[in-house]
Amino acid sequence: MYQYDSLDRDILADRSAEFRDQVARRLSGEITEEHFKPVRLMNGLYLQLHAYMLRVAIPYGSMNAKQLHKLADIGRRYDKGYGHFTTRTNLQFHWIKLADTPDILDELASIDMHAIQTSGNCIRNVTADPYAGATADEIDDPRVWSEAIRQWSSLHPEFSFLPRKFKIAITASAKDRTVAKAHDIGLMVRRARDGTLGFEVIVGGGMGRTPFIGPTIREFLPAHRLFSYLEAILRVYNRHGRRDNIYKARIKILVSALGREAFAREVEEEWSKVGEAGDLPDTEIARIRGAFSRKAFETLPAQSEVYDAAVSADPGFARFARNNLKPHKRQGYTIVEISLKGIGETPGDATSDQMDVVADLAERFGQDDVRVTHEQNLVLPHVKLDDAPEVYRALAAAGLGTPNINLISDIIACPGLDYCALANARAIIVAQDIARRFADQDRAEQVGELKIKISGCINACGHHHVGHIGILGVDKKGEEFYQLTLGGSGAEDAAIGKILGPALPLDRVTDAIDTLVDVYLRERQGDERFLDTYRRTGDAPFKEAVYAETH
Amino acid sequence: MPKLIRLEAEHFVEADDSFTSVADDQDLPEGDVIVSFARFQSEGHALIGEGRRVGVRLEPDEAVEALADDLGKISVVALAFPKFRDGRAFTSAHVLKSRLGFAGEIRAVGDVVRDLAGFMVRCGFTAFEPADGATLEQWASSVQRHRHVYQRAADSRIPAFAEREGR
Repeated sequence: MYQYDSLDRDILADRSAEFRDQVARRLSGEITEEHFKPVRLMNGLYLQLHAYMLRVAIPYGSMNAKQLHKLADIGRRYDKGYGHFTTRTNLQFHWIKLADTPDILDELASIDMHAIQTSGNCIRNVTADPYAGATADEIDDPRVWSEAIRQWSSLHPEFSFLPRKFKIAITASAKDRTVAKAHDIGLMVRRARDGTLGFEVIVGGGMGRTPFIGPTIREFLPAHRLFSYLEAILRVYNRHGRRDNIYKARIKILVSALGREAFAREVEEEWSKVGEAGDLPDTEIARIRGAFSRKAFETLPAQSEVYDAAVSADPGFARFARNNLKPHKRQGYTIVEISLKGIGETPGDATSDQMDVVADLAERFGQDDVRVTHEQNLVLPHVKLDDAPEVYRALAAAGLGTPNINLISDIIACPGLDYCALANARAIIVAQDIARRFADQDRAEQVGELKIKISGCINACGHHHVGHIGILGVDKKGEEFYQLTLGGSGAEDAAIGKILGPALPLDRVTDAIDTLVDVYLRERQGDERFLDTYRRTGDAPFKEAVYAETH
Repeated sequence: MPKLIRLEAEHFVEADDSFTSVADDQDLPEGDVIVSFARFQSEGHALIGEGRRVGVRLEPDEAVEALADDLGKISVVALAFPKFRDGRAFTSAHVLKSRLGFAGEIRAVGDVVRDLAGFMVRCGFTAFEPADGATLEQWASSVQRHRHVYQRAADSRIPAFAEREGR
């Protein structure tokens, strides 16, 4: 965790006071909803179908136990005892009263949290690798750069009213767990031959109705020049991004219209004018690095007798260990993924009681560290193998032991028509139905890694474009229909999925998924994943099977 | 004479506005005027030659760099916010102040509200025509609300990282 200093705290307190004043002006009728809207959106407050929704920032998906306890507490006191973790690694409360929001923001500020820029046409929460600091293959800790970007972008005077929202992802690992290539800016940490730290800069990826895998505009940007380069990209975008059509306002449209080379040239030209005055001093990066609390790792044997005994004795733990435990950089430790995709539950939802359980476990066994993944799960990044069985039992007792990370029921779904004013169709019910169909864990493990992602409308909050199987809700004369896409990926082999055929009615979606899985199991060679088989065979066998029955 | 809020030596004051903002199809009145970029291109030099002070109003899609050669003769650059969500004028002000070194008045016109006052000042604006009826005191307190800022901008405020180094 980054430790706030008094300046960070003053900044939150002042922002909170400012918002209290703005809410008071709205409640008294001094300002209209039209004027209030962009102001409240700067602070993560949406007006949804039933109530206000407050989106709390969890910067780069990282928090400590005290913070998670407070989120649980807010959920209990101001919401209905739960919250929803999002694909931006934020937490949404869906049943908030406008008049309560200033108090909630003060509560958040008391534990160094906020809702700054979780919506609006500004620079949003940075996505970073949820395994940061725990995975063996990372070049540098992406959280250091993420925190520096959080500070630089917070209440940025020039870049808070951009043509559209702006999202940045950072990964420092060969395995991309951030969907970096589908972000407005994706930064991939690189080390040059001479040892210099830097970034590959990808600009103009995105989802929505015009999905793009972003092109690389600079192969290697020295790390100490990051902020002048970001300033140059943002300035080019602020000046030249389209503002006449909300659907064409993201930077991806500008990059695609100009072409990669021309866009890169504009950025380089602007960058030369910004110069080093736009950079953050190395001393500040060093200070931020130092403000992340050090982890106290013990020297442990690679094997744990407690762990091995539990794997033999408890098939439930053995299954959990196979699917939810990931290798840690230190021997004797493991990364524990906690699935928020209980079979039949709403993806990403956690009750306040569950949040308290996870926070307690982080305190007792996890070095006070909790992460949120963009796939809407939680992570305890530093758990001793010796403690893993006990952690599992506590999670299972709280309904958090679902052993399905990366399996077919580990589905991303947006809130859809159940909550969202923009949606065309429900998404949660589709996820729940598919999860129930594949509730047999043996079968799910036999199918292996299969990422299903569901969006209730073309805005693609459920990331359907990058699902191995993507499902998009569409409205056909007032009825919910679903379009399937295959072959997408949000990982290092990023790709946009291809539409399989005509949209299907709600009651045929789960059958179609079952059919796709059967085709995969029939066609697969060796240890191919669903995605690998699809890429080898193309969509013909899948298409034929799904649409055979309708002919 | 109409009033506007002006930033003078780091203090906000209510000042008389001697300038008349003139639409393209309007006849030119006597005295100081603010004209569009198009009108400035055709009539600007003649107006300056008459000894009056001249300002130019730029829409968000008009690049401030186009005024670079004339900035020494221009008294006011008025940057328009057609809607307050259109943030291009922030970049225009930044470039005008920091890169082109314009020392005259940079005025915010259009949908100018106190919620953006702090951002405007940080980007280099020095004069304001509030559209939300904000008083001088309300405007000043909006700007002064934040004790620290995280980033460098076109103003002279010391960013948090430099404050920390000074400790």
